[in-house]
Amino acid sequence: MMSAAALQLSYVGALLAVSVLAVVLARWRIGNAVIYGATLLLCSAAGLGVLRALIGDGAAVERLVLPIGLPWLGAHFRLDALSAFFLVVINLGGALASLYALGYGRHEHAPQRVLPFFPAFLAGMNMVLLADDAFSYLLSWEFMSLASWALVMAHHRQSGNAQAGYVYLVMASFGTLALLLAFGFLAGPAGDYGFDAIRAAPHSGAAATLVLVLMLLGAGSKAGLVPLHVWLPLAHPAAPSHVSALMSGVMTKVAIYGFIRVVFDLLGRPDWTASVVVLSLGGVTAVMGILYALMERDLKRLLAYSTIENVGIIFVGLGLALAFQANGQGLPAALAFTAALFHILNHSLFKSLLFFGAGAVLVATGERNMDRLGGLIHRMPATSIVFLIGAVAISALPPFNGFVSEWLTFQAVLQSPQLPQWGLKIMVPAIGGMLALAAALAAACFVKAYGASFLSRPRSPAAENAQEVDRFSIAAMAILALLCLLAGVFPGLVMDALAPVSAEILHIRLAGQTELPWLSIVPIDLRKGSYNGLLVLAFIAISATLGFLAILRLSPHAVRRAPAWGCGFAEPVPQAQYSPDSFAQPIRRVFGTLLFRARDHVTMPPPGSVAPAKFSAELHDLVWENLYGRIAAIIEAVSTRLNNMQLLSIRGYLSLVFATLVALLVVIAIWA
Amino acid sequence: MHSLAFDISHSLAGTLVLISFMMLYQDRLYSLFNVFALHAVVLAASVAWQAMIQNAPHLYVTAAIALVFKAIVIPVALHRIIRQLGIHRDIETVVGIGPTMLAGMGLVALSMVIMLRVTAEADALAREDLAFALSVVLLSLLVMVTRRNAVSQVVGFMSLENGLVLAATGAKGMPLVVEISVAFSILIAFIVIGIFLFRIRERFDSVDVGDLDRSRGERG
Repeated sequence: MMSAAALQLSYVGALLAVSVLAVVLARWRIGNAVIYGATLLLCSAAGLGVLRALIGDGAAVERLVLPIGLPWLGAHFRLDALSAFFLVVINLGGALASLYALGYGRHEHAPQRVLPFFPAFLAGMNMVLLADDAFSYLLSWEFMSLASWALVMAHHRQSGNAQAGYVYLVMASFGTLALLLAFGFLAGPAGDYGFDAIRAAPHSGAAATLVLVLMLLGAGSKAGLVPLHVWLPLAHPAAPSHVSALMSGVMTKVAIYGFIRVVFDLLGRPDWTASVVVLSLGGVTAVMGILYALMERDLKRLLAYSTIENVGIIFVGLGLALAFQANGQGLPAALAFTAALFHILNHSLFKSLLFFGAGAVLVATGERNMDRLGGLIHRMPATSIVFLIGAVAISALPPFNGFVSEWLTFQAVLQSPQLPQWGLKIMVPAIGGMLALAAALAAACFVKAYGASFLSRPRSPAAENAQEVDRFSIAAMAILALLCLLAGVFPGLVMDALAPVSAEILHIRLAGQTELPWLSIVPIDLRKGSYNGLLVLAFIAISATLGFLAILRLSPHAVRRAPAWGCGFAEPVPQAQYSPDSFAQPIRRVFGTLLFRARDHVTMPPPGSVAPAKFSAELHDLVWENLYGRIAAIIEAVSTRLNNMQLLSIRGYLSLVFATLVALLVVIAIWA
Repeated sequence: MHSLAFDISHSLAGTLVLISFMMLYQDRLYSLFNVFALHAVVLAASVAWQAMIQNAPHLYVTAAIALVFKAIVIPVALHRIIRQLGIHRDIETVVGIGPTMLAGMGLVALSMVIMLRVTAEADALAREDLAFALSVVLLSLLVMVTRRNAVSQVVGFMSLENGLVLAATGAKGMPLVVEISVAFSILIAFIVIGIFLFRIRERFDSVDVGDLDRSRGERG
């Protein structure tokens, strides 16, 4: 009987083998079914295996050392409750992406660029979660990054994708550099890179602060924290849709896993000031992410920006957990931590669902631009229903899962008066306000996305001639929609499954939720708040049925279809409809004027002319222009100067060597 | 006896540094070769003295190599090359003699400060020797950097090797193999650079390395 850790590693090995097999099989038509079928089976097996362990006795920690990698270190692997939870999230996402791709992948015009890297990407993410020393961690992390980069570059001839791949590569290298330095500081002068040794050693003072900052840079750039998010809305949509779903729904979670592993597990008890940084970054990320999303016309880019918002919400949960933990307040810390983990699961569910939906729309119409979609609800009924469920869930509306995790986060925010520091007492409610703003804007954003894509009249011939997608894709989306509903109606089950993780990391668990009557959840105390998903579902179902019946009974006429009223225009064209841009205009006016320097320009024709008036909106990405633009300009200037060093005379080179030598000697003379 | 041995080796190494300074202000090629020959003679004396006080007979071989090749063969060969090439015997300096000498003094002070601090645990002889050797290396580099003439750069390079040999012999128990390889590397470098010089001369009728730049079409 293999240990659970060995079993997980053998799945990773099998995924890598499938990846090699895919190099050969990609040439044949059968390759698609074989490869995605194999990844579906492997991910399901891996996910179900750890899920059983997590629900059963999550506390068991298993270690495994393989004699590969650095000769004196070997490769350490470890399976505990935290990695088990993330393994469930990742393999669930991987399995459903494979199921989706069984249908979606048939439309791929360059399968040899996707098939070999897809299993490798899954294997990389699994390895990151299992790694138990800094070396294997960084190796797996880089493997994951490179595999996903290859997938981003799958359609490299499409405009913008090559640039997306380049920006991604630069940011990924930067993130790995930050992680490398963080592990260097963690290992200290003794240089023991095993996580057990790092966990045992005390960390405090400047080194601990530096590690936290470096982790925020390294893991934060992969997760998409503002202002390190710039690569994410470029790279995630550039990949094929099932890979976009994995990158957005799952890979960002691997980055968050890295942050939790280092900051909560390896670093020991943090200082409360650390939580201020995490909280403010999380709040800013949530609001900025969703505002970016609102300004967006491209459906997949909108979803990618919304990922940034959700990462912000998760980081707010983690920041709250840090704040409570630093003050020794275990129960609120466990609540905030559980809320963050719950949101991680939820986001992976509904973001995968929405990206699958966007992929289905892309297959059916060839369009990502919402200005050219519309009316799909009549042509793609199944996709539009599941997309609606995903949109409702991500907008944090009951009875779906998004509401529960955001409600739990707000419950944690409401515990903030217990905190002794006045700074936090004042700051946390403000962050709560930002979260509320982000949640409301998210609802507006998905009203826009759903309304523009699925409702209204088709804005292009492609949208008019769309057809429903294949059954595999619909099955994958339907399963995700069902899971969104189940996690929203029975949140107690999920919270109880998360309890071992919180017990392992924070050494405290919330009270069991499944024993409570009527499937309610009461995170802290009945007086402080409780939620019953079943009750809300029942209320919604009964009131909707009654309303429907009432309309049927009281309405005097049968339903009739008539031409849409054109506001008096003789020939109303579909482009004259309310567009996604018009929907976002009030929000662009209110927030964008400051944050995006948004300006609307109206050019009126001169009197007497019959030319149409022209309206255009101008937006600036200030983060990109001010931060990255400046950095790029500095690098450009420096490298232009240094370019002359390529063309020195012999004496010039000698002088350079000589000057360097003398400078180094002077450094020694001063320091030694 | 011990202190006398120490004093003599100390003064020999010091003389080597002094001769390196002499190299800095030579403005004729022939006199530069003579100073270089003197440099090699003093090196040979210093190595031979080390061989005696360390009871290391193989160091006599090193001393002999230094004397025969560096003090006699190479300077004579360089004289012949210059005569055959018939080139200009002035050395054009980049920086004036005065600032160069000042910079040399600064370098010697720097190497003293570093070596005496870094090698606090080593025995006194090795410490002084290493400090002087580093000075010689740095001064030779300075010679190479401040001259436009390729031949004087070759001389600077070889006196740099002298500094390395001084450092190597100052430390006890340096095997002969290493020294021979060092000596041969110099010889090979000399041959290569000699051929190189002929090639440059054939092309440009001068050994001013600035001509190389002009040939690449970059300056002046």
